[in-house]
Amino acid sequence: MSDGHAHAEPLRGPSYRTTGHVEGGHLASEHAHHPMLQHHFDDMGQQAEASTLGMWVFLVTEIMFFGGLFMAYLVYRHAAPSAFQEASHHLNVFYGTLNTAILIVSSLTMALGVRSAQTSAPPKTQVMWIVITMMFGAAFLGIKAIEYTEKFRDHIVPGPGFRWEGLYPRGAEQFYSLYFCMTGLHAIHMVIGLGIMTWLALTALKGRYNAAYYTPVEVAGLYWHFVDIVWIFLFPLLYLIGRHYHAA
Amino acid sequence: MYCMVFLALLLGTGLTVAAAFVDMGPMNNVVMLTIAGVKASLVVLFFMHVRWSTRLTWVVAMAGFFWLLILFGLGMADYMTRGWVAGTLR
Amino acid sequence: METLNYLNNGHGLASWLLTKDHKRIALLYLVSITAFFFLGGMFAFMIRLELLTPAGDLMASDTYNKMFTMHGVVMVFFFLIPSIPAVLGNFLIPIMIGAKDLAFPRINLLSWYIYVLGGLFTLVAALSGGVDTGWTFYTPYSTAAANSHVITAALGIFITGFSSILTGLNFIVSVHRMRAPGLTWFRLPLFVWSMYATSLIFILGTPVIAITVLLVAAERTLHMGIFDPALGGDPVLFQHLFWFYSHPAVYIMILPAMGVISEIVQAFSRKNIFGYSFVAFSSLAIAIIGFLVWGHHLFVSGQSVYAGLMFSILSFLVAIPSAVKVFNWTATIYKGSVLLDSAMLYAFGFIGLFTIGGLTGLFLAAVGLDVHVHDTYFVIAHFHYIMVGGAIMGYMGGLHYWWPKISGRMYSEGWAKLAAGLIFIGFNLTFFPQFILGYLGMPRRYHVYPPEFQVLNIASTLGATVLAVGYLLPMVYFTYSMFYGEKASANPWGARGLEWEIPSPPPTENFLVTPIVTHGTHQYAPSREVGIV
Repeated sequence: MSDGHAHAEPLRGPSYRTTGHVEGGHLASEHAHHPMLQHHFDDMGQQAEASTLGMWVFLVTEIMFFGGLFMAYLVYRHAAPSAFQEASHHLNVFYGTLNTAILIVSSLTMALGVRSAQTSAPPKTQVMWIVITMMFGAAFLGIKAIEYTEKFRDHIVPGPGFRWEGLYPRGAEQFYSLYFCMTGLHAIHMVIGLGIMTWLALTALKGRYNAAYYTPVEVAGLYWHFVDIVWIFLFPLLYLIGRHYHAA
Repeated sequence: MYCMVFLALLLGTGLTVAAAFVDMGPMNNVVMLTIAGVKASLVVLFFMHVRWSTRLTWVVAMAGFFWLLILFGLGMADYMTRGWVAGTLR
Repeated sequence: METLNYLNNGHGLASWLLTKDHKRIALLYLVSITAFFFLGGMFAFMIRLELLTPAGDLMASDTYNKMFTMHGVVMVFFFLIPSIPAVLGNFLIPIMIGAKDLAFPRINLLSWYIYVLGGLFTLVAALSGGVDTGWTFYTPYSTAAANSHVITAALGIFITGFSSILTGLNFIVSVHRMRAPGLTWFRLPLFVWSMYATSLIFILGTPVIAITVLLVAAERTLHMGIFDPALGGDPVLFQHLFWFYSHPAVYIMILPAMGVISEIVQAFSRKNIFGYSFVAFSSLAIAIIGFLVWGHHLFVSGQSVYAGLMFSILSFLVAIPSAVKVFNWTATIYKGSVLLDSAMLYAFGFIGLFTIGGLTGLFLAAVGLDVHVHDTYFVIAHFHYIMVGGAIMGYMGGLHYWWPKISGRMYSEGWAKLAAGLIFIGFNLTFFPQFILGYLGMPRRYHVYPPEFQVLNIASTLGATVLAVGYLLPMVYFTYSMFYGEKASANPWGARGLEWEIPSPPPTENFLVTPIVTHGTHQYAPSREVGIV
């Protein structure tokens, strides 16, 4: 086991060390390297892998972050299923479905944007995809703003001003507490996403991204898709509870 | 190929809305969550490139969802077993 | 003429406050964490002063509530949770994996700023009157009735949580992607394994408490009925969500300390750890099983009987990997060439005190017994044995073991032994009586108690005084050593590991030449010791 000579046994170890030759023994400054390579990484490949892994680990924290709210939802829906049903009917299925479709389209355009960077498409093309994605994101937020305004108008915002005309007012208020917390948190993430996209568009315009370096685009895309996935679960859980009990 | 995934996602959305209006009893929830799960999986695998990523990425993504299940599972285990012991509220 | 190292590479405030060097960031954390330790200690002292007499004569009950709350909040969130990861983890992990830095140095610096920001929020909460809900913030008191600065404190915790998350993220990515050539997982030091396991908990648990404190703040401001029964909410839901993180949080506090002990025990027994892979896997097991036991904090809260039983069994299970570690450390020391340097004294203290703390945890995991001792001083003694007798001893041991590497200086061994002794004696005098008090029925979080408990309470306060002196001493001699201490060699303990192959203090980039690892980094076998370039 303690062989002592670095070359006498095949070098086991981290699989990302793809080079066949021994890496050790050189100083980083001896290499000509990509201007975006940070000095503590050995090569762009390692940097890209670390960045994507980092974003995935962050997304796991986001899953658990939203997860707390989903847990609250589970508990309260289990406790008052009829109330939740009743309250959910007041939500606008059309808006909800439209928003779902909008986000799905924005995910498509984002994926195409990542691909455009990956294939060294001209900066204008990359920016185009990013901007289209942002437009759909903004549209989503616009519709949510309309929905929220309607809630305020109808006095179904939880708190002292809450007035529920139908059955199960307690449960309905709970439903709307969760509705606002969950969609609100989601909307905040969308806004942050738009901010990230803005930065991405500006840097893409400068021609920074191509096949050799497109990690920020990939990583931003991961974030965007994640926010889409949260909505994919939010939509049926909030908008589609027991719709069959009323006429469509 | 992204377009095919996109169409599948739209289809899934339509399906889930339609299914909401059909009375399937408790199966409604199952159907909706399954469709949502499939849609999420499509996004994860194709749009987020997990299909072509390292196994580590896949493990990380799965771990997140799995951990949520721990929270839900053990947490709801409390709520759903309340009142199972005769004569107590718990 | 001093050689260029990370301490003198760049002078001035900006070079420290804008550094990307993980070693400097570790020192930034060391300073701020020590400050919070003092703050938390002062709150503890106020508690012990009040408890000298059975009557509530030193302070009003509201004030006393604020004392134990702030003691808990500061110690848990701003001292224990960051301590070893942010100081020793940040400093050592890149070196131990043969890298120049962590994967995301700027995020590392950001995590420190976030920690400080969260700490400031909490300081503001403390200075403007404090919080009186208990560090556990149980609802509906915290959302509806408490008239103290709950939201400020909750926000402070929320913000600091991101510091933990970013640290954990950095560690996970670094260990996966930045190891030196030849450094396979099973050649890693056990400290790295335990830090990796801790990072898993950071990532998977912290976000849940983040959303929980946000919901508390939302309920307080917007009067949404999430946890308050008067508004239709469920207070037990709060407890589920809170403890889903806060139980794994205690493993965040102990796992790094266990990693430190693994390192110290090997170095000062001149022996490889007994059962390396068992110890490595036990870290992962503790992290994972630790997520399955949170309901043992809810045994008397109205949780269902069957859930209580499940959580009880799982809590017994989680003790097993911890026991594995204790057995393996013991087996390592057995027939080793034991040296009784101060770091090793802390390790011995850890092994004994952690065992007591862990066993009393099993008492608490038994539902029937827990009903009797829940919310008594028995619980307090249990967790202080683990957190102070365990985690803080691990932290102190680690500081002593790696101080020559971090500062390039040797501290006074005589004073260090004295401090270790005072800490051990003071600690036991403080907390052992509390086991008895708790079993006899003295409740926690009360500033009055029946007069028959006074003797034990006085003993406890006396112990706390001794303990405080014990903690002050290292501040003095460590600081002294930085200016007047003897210069340390690269490997003053004759230990094994990549960190001992580089100068003390290390150069900024850690390694001038990327090391190539051909065997486990800890080889205390007496014969051949070659291979690390």
